Amino acid sequence: MTSDNMINNNNTISRSKNLWSGFLFGLGLAAFIDEMVFHQLLRWHHFYDKSTTDIGLVSDGLFHAFSWFATIGSLFMFADLRRRQSVLMTRWVGGVLLGAGVFQLYDGIIQHKLMRIHQIRYVENVVPYDLVWNIIAIIMIVLGGLLVFRTRKEYIT
Amino acid sequence: MNGTHHTNLNLDGIGLLPQLVLILPFAIGLLIYVLTVIISNRKYKKWSFFRMGYWLTGSICAISSITGPLAELSHSSFEAHMFSHLLLGMLAPLLMVLAAPLTLLMRALNVNIARRLSRLLRSRLVSFLTNPIIAAILNIGGLWILYTSNLYSMMHHNISLYIFIHLHVFIAGFLFTSSMIYIDPTPHRKSYIYRSSVLIITLAAHGILSKFIYANPPNGVSISQAEMGAKIMYYGGDVIDIVIIFILCLKWYQSTKPRLYSPLRTAYAEYPQ
Repeated sequence: MTSDNMINNNNTISRSKNLWSGFLFGLGLAAFIDEMVFHQLLRWHHFYDKSTTDIGLVSDGLFHAFSWFATIGSLFMFADLRRRQSVLMTRWVGGVLLGAGVFQLYDGIIQHKLMRIHQIRYVENVVPYDLVWNIIAIIMIVLGGLLVFRTRKEYIT
Repeated sequence: MNGTHHTNLNLDGIGLLPQLVLILPFAIGLLIYVLTVIISNRKYKKWSFFRMGYWLTGSICAISSITGPLAELSHSSFEAHMFSHLLLGMLAPLLMVLAAPLTLLMRALNVNIARRLSRLLRSRLVSFLTNPIIAAILNIGGLWILYTSNLYSMMHHNISLYIFIHLHVFIAGFLFTSSMIYIDPTPHRKSYIYRSSVLIITLAAHGILSKFIYANPPNGVSISQAEMGAKIMYYGGDVIDIVIIFILCLKWYQSTKPRLYSPLRTAYAEYPQ
């Protein structure tokens, strides 16, 4: 009986660790792509926009810092899961999609639109960009959520 | 006064004295480190070559930011100033923390003095100063005051202020780095979660300040210089912070190393088939 509980307990812990590691990595990955592709390579995003609100500056700073930490920390969490042979790959990938989607949606709706930190691209009509941006985010959240839901009872074999 | 003119009179005005005053501690530090390595190598196994390299490189970073061409340029160019501050306040402290100076000192000192030193490290003052939150406030709080008040332009006209600010930037950077990653013996340890949270907030405050400088140039700094300087601060800070984050996470990874069998595996093995 105690072994039974222990196994159940361990499986619950592994499931949650896999989800969190994936989620944080997805969040970091989305922020990294945002910085690399849209700020540096395409130069669509601006470092600072004159209409940025103060709260936008704070939110941007916190998210930027948190995503750096999350990218590195989540990979160490993943390495820890691997060395304990407790990786649940599907669940982890679900977490990645969920994290990336949540970040992108937050970035697209709250940070770009409400806090006005910067726009996706400085063109006359930014609406198509906003639509594509946020729809991709929602697709990632739905897919990720589906994977996470389907693996809610997965256990380590 | 405008950005290019007020600075010319400064370096000549300040002259060699503040440069010498600022070089001195780092030169003495380097000398003591090398001597201590020699003493320690006689008693114990050879001191790590890498650590010696860290200390040397850290000292060079610090010295090059307070004297020579970069320091000279820093008086007229905000970009150069930012770059030299990254060296003095972030890179030099990081390298010098990695050089494990206290561990080295403990090995070289005789037992009585080493004990006294370790008692000092356990004192309340040291505990207070190396608390991550206090170290973070000293570090980033100092920067906020420097760049959002008149202090930045005043610094170039006042020798003692100039020396004080530069020493503060280095010491606060060193305290902060050593409160985040424990290379030397650290009696007052904080949990990984605690340190990670403070690190994230500090890194955020650093990023927010850079963008604030981008939008609101300090007195006497032109807009274009402030924009470039702010970006150097933002991205340069990121690069060095990644190293600190990586080491912090690596230490966590090492500390949670499972015993030969993980509980789960053991549970499976014990489970009656």
